[in-house]
Amino acid sequence: MTFTRKDILGTQDMNASEITYILEATESFIEVSTREVKKVPTLRGKTIINLFYEPSTRTRTSFEIAGKRLSADVINVSNSGSSVAKGESLKDTALTLAAMAADVIVIRHPASGAPHFLARHVPSAVINGGDGTHEHPTQALLDLFTIRQRKGALAGLRVSIIGDIAHSRVARSNIFAMRAMDMDVRVCGPASLLPMHVEALGVRACTDLDATIGDADIIMVLRLQLERQEKGLIPSLREYSQLYGLNLKRLEQAKPDVLIMHPGPINRGVEIAPEVAEGPYSLILDQVANGVALRMALLYLLTGGPGL
Amino acid sequence: MKSEVMDEVAIDRALTRIAHEILERNKGCRDLVLVGIRTRGIHLARRLAEKLGAIEGESVPLGVMDVTLYRDDLRRRPDHPRVERTEIPFPLTDKRVILVDDVLYTGRTIRAALDNLMDFGRPRSIQLAVLVDRGHRELPIRADYVGRNVPTAAQESVKVRLREVDGIEQVVILERPESQRGGREA
Repeated sequence: MTFTRKDILGTQDMNASEITYILEATESFIEVSTREVKKVPTLRGKTIINLFYEPSTRTRTSFEIAGKRLSADVINVSNSGSSVAKGESLKDTALTLAAMAADVIVIRHPASGAPHFLARHVPSAVINGGDGTHEHPTQALLDLFTIRQRKGALAGLRVSIIGDIAHSRVARSNIFAMRAMDMDVRVCGPASLLPMHVEALGVRACTDLDATIGDADIIMVLRLQLERQEKGLIPSLREYSQLYGLNLKRLEQAKPDVLIMHPGPINRGVEIAPEVAEGPYSLILDQVANGVALRMALLYLLTGGPGL
Repeated sequence: MKSEVMDEVAIDRALTRIAHEILERNKGCRDLVLVGIRTRGIHLARRLAEKLGAIEGESVPLGVMDVTLYRDDLRRRPDHPRVERTEIPFPLTDKRVILVDDVLYTGRTIRAALDNLMDFGRPRSIQLAVLVDRGHRELPIRADYVGRNVPTAAQESVKVRLREVDGIEQVVILERPESQRGGREA
């Protein structure tokens, strides 16, 4: 199969064979991070710009490490200290970077659709590092890779995604990708944080966490943004934690081989108990390690071939 | 259009001879490791490891390498070369590495393999064993052990077929259009 995409903007329009192709490519990059010289010359001379309008530790560092391990030149541009503070528009920022012959621009932006806008205006390959409440495709792909690494095949696995589904781009990208791979997805959270008609995405919705724990193969916990309490969407963090927090007691009802995932950063004691996050079922750190390999694979696939 | 230059028996005899030559030149198999390149080199390396083990009674560590990430022609290809895994689960420093590939042609694959190996450690030496040397080197690279020298024209290609991958055992010469030169047999 030839990879023909110019950009990675979301998982919504990816099909199973494309996702499988990406996951298989990721396999080969795992090894690079385990050797003594963690570098291959594949993207030597390519320029990658991380354009992050929102704070990030893991995504930005992961892209930076991925680019550097491929021998590319990686530059980080963030809000503060850039001319965005002077009011420069997204389009002008992008055209400026493109004029400097950036091969890849990774963008994280609070406005949904910003990466798509960017992709239309620059010849560079654009990777969506998270746009508003819309998509976070690289997170979903690394999540699928991590599941596949442990479970082998993906089809038929039962996943429960727990938390603030309505505002979660991680949940959306995962739902699209998991449905493409024929996985059984359930979303669970307080009614105020579940989108209306979410079943239209091909998932089942419920508000009772304890009812969904028993038969899940994978439990994916989302970060509760603490601002939700201020907007009145949840009564208190304590109540959220009591009803929807994943703790050891709740896990007693889970399958013995259940796997726990979280995109990070975790709010210890709110949506997930520290013992669960650090426990034997947790794949949280595997997700982080695999994220580097997945992003290396995407950078390789986007910059290969003629014409770039 | 093709001609067969090696059949199953010839391939096996060549590998047996190469195994003996490796042991002769290295005075045994202490500190020897085998690394097979890409698809068919891996199977040839495995067979060599078995033969070495049968002759000397010691097992030789075996690694597999995919050199795609080190290729010098990634941007010129119309397709994405599929990257396979590299697995070298033992230290290379101070070892005598025998690289194994099926066909030696321009030498560019071996150049990539050398760079790849050096990122894993500092071997004491690197030697090269190939089943077929078809000439037309574009870099100063040579094989230490050769199964068969097969002089070819540039527009021909040499294909090694192995039972593990292709279901049959033979080495053939094919006519190949000029535009596809520099592909897999580098």
